[in-house]
Amino acid sequence: MTINDIINPANLVYAKTKVMNDVPMHYCPGCSHGVVHKLIAEIIEEMDFQEKTIAIAPVGCAVFAYKYLDIDWQQAAHGRAPALATAVKRLLPDRLVFTYQGDGDLAAIGTAETIHAANRGENIAIIFINNGIYGMTGGQMAPTTLMGMKSSTSPNGRTVPLNGHPLDITKLLAQLDGTCYVTRQSVHTVGTVRKTKKAIRLAFENSMAGKGTSVVEIVSTCNSGWKMTPEASNDWMVENMFPVFPMGDLKNL
Amino acid sequence: MNDTKKHNEEEVKLMKGNEAIAHAAIRCGCDGYFGYPITPQSEIMETMMELEPWNTTGMVVLQAESETASINMVYGAAGCGKKAMTSSSSPGISLMQEGLSYLAGAELPAVVVNVMRGGPGLGTIQPSQADYFQTVKGGGHGDYKLITLAPASVQEMADHTVLAFDLAFKYRVTAMVLADGIIGQMMEKVVLPPYQPRMTEAEIAERCPWATLGKPASRKPNVINSLQLLAEEMEEVNLRLQGRYREIEKNEVRYEEFQCEDAEYLVVAFGTMARVCQKAVEMARAEGIKVGLLRPITLYPFPVDRICHYSHTTKGMLTVEMNAGQMVEDVRLASCGRVPVEHFGRLGGIVPSPDEVLEALKTKIINR
Repeated sequence: MTINDIINPANLVYAKTKVMNDVPMHYCPGCSHGVVHKLIAEIIEEMDFQEKTIAIAPVGCAVFAYKYLDIDWQQAAHGRAPALATAVKRLLPDRLVFTYQGDGDLAAIGTAETIHAANRGENIAIIFINNGIYGMTGGQMAPTTLMGMKSSTSPNGRTVPLNGHPLDITKLLAQLDGTCYVTRQSVHTVGTVRKTKKAIRLAFENSMAGKGTSVVEIVSTCNSGWKMTPEASNDWMVENMFPVFPMGDLKNL
Repeated sequence: MNDTKKHNEEEVKLMKGNEAIAHAAIRCGCDGYFGYPITPQSEIMETMMELEPWNTTGMVVLQAESETASINMVYGAAGCGKKAMTSSSSPGISLMQEGLSYLAGAELPAVVVNVMRGGPGLGTIQPSQADYFQTVKGGGHGDYKLITLAPASVQEMADHTVLAFDLAFKYRVTAMVLADGIIGQMMEKVVLPPYQPRMTEAEIAERCPWATLGKPASRKPNVINSLQLLAEEMEEVNLRLQGRYREIEKNEVRYEEFQCEDAEYLVVAFGTMARVCQKAVEMARAEGIKVGLLRPITLYPFPVDRICHYSHTTKGMLTVEMNAGQMVEDVRLASCGRVPVEHFGRLGGIVPSPDEVLEALKTKIINR
């Protein structure tokens, strides 16, 4: 194979989606956000929805998500993304509207907005990155921090008397009549990346079909916050996060 | 409502101030109302739900789970270039302060109605004007201003709703209609505005090129955002906002005067208190006291120059407010210490009578 064969468009097997901007990401090496961003961008291109998407960015590490995807964005106050998405989708019902939120944003400060948007069955997709920690502010305890897990605000590990229990908000959302699809995925292997892509695509299709709220939780790593290598983070996630936040569909109507 | 013949015409009705706001909003082409019930303004959302504008103009009306959600829904809608509004009363407006700051930072046009009740805390459902500071001095974080309209009649509840949208879009700011429980609850004759069609998406794209309607290939992404990590960029946003506020202060001052031409004393009051003070002025004039009334219609921008003018021509000023003395500070600033400026008010939801106002004028200003 010559160089000309290699660059021949007919032999192209993979290309970066045009919905991803060519800018350096601020995410730490090993972080799950970049992978999930890429999946969303690919799906938007495959669905031919670049001109019809309005995404809502959170507060947290993904606050800068608007820098990376070449679509219209609104950046929300901390936790309020589902309220913004509600209004955008109701006023522009033929658009794809999704929120991209972390565990602090969605399951602590934004719990009310999340539950009520889902309970109303807003035709939006919620992409929920759960890494059990506040990454952006430097590794504080999150609502999804595991029992015994150390963070900068639970330096000796999370305990019930001091901090209460980890919140499985995805399980809670699956109980609501307004949700049509609630699933929990990860992106730490090639296989799980592919499954997550399918899940996000289904969530987007549900939104456009007016079936109600779809929630895709992606159990993720924060190797900087967890103070581990990316590889060790993946192992730690499988060993410790998955038993508490098990993989698979919680609801698929 | 459904009579299309009436759609291009004004209509005369008898209704509550709160109801007038709902009718005016629908008629002026509002795209979305998002609210949460609270006394004494729940009739605004109730009227909209009764009128079902989604069947006529296509307007969205949604009862949110909280005032926090309401104001953020307004943010989402405004970010799409839509005419969006919410309404509440004092405790609910406190909850909205975060959203108001974000709306200012993201330079979005929005309309918020506050039908004030007495505080602090859960307070009372009785009328009050104690949210003056919160509204005109900025209740949320950061340097920002809300255009503040103070209606004194049911007619102005309708008129100011329409005006608030016009000003909000002209300057890309939030305009607050700052009423009190009396104006919200009382019934008066009102001429409702003619129907205006809602903006089409093409009109929005032209009028609001920043709106997030989905990114066509012809332009870069639009991002509605209030985050600027670099100090230089944050200062640039602030300077842009301040420039806009100076324009507002230059162009949008509104006030009304009553018997001010030969006035030796000036009463300054807004909203309900301006109506009570008008009566007090009439009573004073009957006693031969030359007193006039200045009613600021815009609390921000404040009629600074007009107050300054009267500080040269009168012997003293009294502000009358249903609070412990808030607007009085702006009147003092504008009059630069040239004449005595005192405050009279009742608290907790009590509305001063014209007799009380006249008595206060005599004891605090004329015979001081």
